Amino acid sequence: MVLVYIDQADQQIKKSSLEAMSYGAALAKQLGCDLAALVLGTVQDNLADLGKNGAQKVYHIKNESLNTLDVKLHSTLIANAAKNVNATVVVFAHNINGRAIAPAVAVKLEAGLVSGASSLPNTVNGFVVTKTVFSGKAFASIQIETPIKVIAINQNSFGVVAYDSSATVEEMNIPIPAPSIKITKVEKIEGEIPLTEASLVVSGGRGLKGPEHWGILLDLAKSLGASTACSRPVSDSDWRPHHEHVGQTGIQIAPNLYIAIGISGAIQHLAGVNRSKTIVVINKDPEAPFFKAADYGVIGDAFEVVPALTAAILKSKTAN
Amino acid sequence: MKILVCISKTPDTTAKIAFTEGNTKFDENGVQWIINPYDEWYALVKAIELKEKDASTIIHLVTVGTADAEPIIRKALALGGDEAIRVNSNSNDSFYVAKQIAAIAKEGSYELIFTGKETIDYNSASIGSMLSAILDLPFVSLANQLDCNGNLATVRREIEGGEETCEVNLPVVISCQKGMAEQRIPNMRGIMAARTKPLKVVEPSEASATTSIKKFDIPVAKSGVKLVDPANMDELVKLLKEEAKVI
Ligand SMILES: Cc1cc2nc3c(=O)[nH]c(=O)nc-3n(C[C@H](O)[C@H](O)[C@H](O)COP(=O)(O)OP(=O)(O)OC[C@H]3O[C@@H](n4cnc5c(N)ncnc54)[C@H](O)[C@@H]3O)c2cc1C
Repeated sequence: MVLVYIDQADQQIKKSSLEAMSYGAALAKQLGCDLAALVLGTVQDNLADLGKNGAQKVYHIKNESLNTLDVKLHSTLIANAAKNVNATVVVFAHNINGRAIAPAVAVKLEAGLVSGASSLPNTVNGFVVTKTVFSGKAFASIQIETPIKVIAINQNSFGVVAYDSSATVEEMNIPIPAPSIKITKVEKIEGEIPLTEASLVVSGGRGLKGPEHWGILLDLAKSLGASTACSRPVSDSDWRPHHEHVGQTGIQIAPNLYIAIGISGAIQHLAGVNRSKTIVVINKDPEAPFFKAADYGVIGDAFEVVPALTAAILKSKTAN
Repeated sequence: MKILVCISKTPDTTAKIAFTEGNTKFDENGVQWIINPYDEWYALVKAIELKEKDASTIIHLVTVGTADAEPIIRKALALGGDEAIRVNSNSNDSFYVAKQIAAIAKEGSYELIFTGKETIDYNSASIGSMLSAILDLPFVSLANQLDCNGNLATVRREIEGGEETCEVNLPVVISCQKGMAEQRIPNMRGIMAARTKPLKVVEPSEASATTSIKKFDIPVAKSGVKLVDPANMDELVKLLKEEAKVI
């Protein structure tokens, strides 16, 4: 059986978990085996709806103590649940929770792990999964040698597939160990889509000259409903918060659209964004290396181009 | 307090990524090696900061690697740390590496075990979590702040859409990222001292790999940039809508 771990934040199922569910559904079909989802904690979503993403069955360990991440606790429960249902492949979303839990689950199941997978396995000769390595500069095809396999699938690399069905939900009663950590404070960034989940991202670099000039970028992001990101020197200088720093030493993202404004395109920056489907570069220097990695380029002054782009987007919206 | 810092050797961030032997091996030709930035900037420096607060703190560094990892370990010792252990083995399998480090960790009974958030070569972000499972310890990932008080650690970590502070009893495994510590560069005194610090080499313990790399591929390059006149942003919007279909 393929078992997909469905994680949550604030009691809501994450988009990346729905991608993992769709990946699991395709995998179960490929392997000709059953498919189930596993949900921990209490969620507001209707779990039967996971059928719309391919699940036939949903196992639910319903307990409020599982709503926040505790790797020791979660990995123990997921591994025990996987053993209960005889799972041969356990799938995670390679998001903040998944990348923390999956390796511990792999150890507990004595399973080989591919973390950051970017494709379905090739099962012609063994079980080979590709993953991104060198921060997106290459792919590696990795053979899993163990009977049980654990895969954490990259965000935005497998689209959510809609099925016309509904899943049966079954509560799983297994003993819940004591928590290993105690949460004392939560600080949420209100009203923003987490960068790793955003499909549209507008990003600014040192070319914007200072935090006081970010208004034009924020206006553009708002016109598109996009999230915002920045280059490392920008967050290092505290022009923007640290969680917006993308790149080899920041977060790695793969949105549908990445608009880079006043960013030179250093190799370490590209490493964090080169999996984006479409890249637009706005830079006044025609020699900026970023143009080599771009799909569309605008050679011009950001202070003129960006407001004009925002206006064009707003105009096209009212035209519809 | 005893701290174990896991150190990995990675190609420099500007290294040319290429492969040899029919795309099955990373081409090390001309590659400059560095300490994995997360291990150096955040995990190691945080350990050093803790030792500066409490001089009785002992810092051990561990790496799983062959003799060519020694310059990296010496560089790490130049930043700080009391001694280093090199497990004489080379593997791309996270489980195998975690097993080796776990064997060292068991012997040293450390209160804190630090890893970087991930390595910049294989990006698996797995070692910390695997170690915690092998050692049956709590694991806190993506930590950007840490205070220790007796047996209690208070850690701030990144979560989906925000940050969270949690309390955990030592011993604990923590993966470190930006915010955890202030990046430093080694000084002359540190570099001199590092030459005489103990670097113990131990042979690997029994463990088998669970995965193997079959081949590498380089992504296909973009076909070329389409330039849009800065005075015609309607055109760009049209391209994004109708050609790229992303908005
Ligand atoms: C180990 C290591 C890790 C690193 N990790 C990262 C990382 O994770 N992420 C990251 O981003 N960087 C990282 N860096 C830094 C990276 O090498 C670059 O220094 C950085 O990305 C440059 O940021 P930038 O493009 O904003 O600034 P700059 O390189 O200064 O580029 C500014 C750009 O703005 C353009 N510009 C100026 N004025 C205008 C205008 N009016 N209109 C339009 N364009 C304008 C310029 O032509 C230029 O191309 C790392 C470096 C090292 C050594």
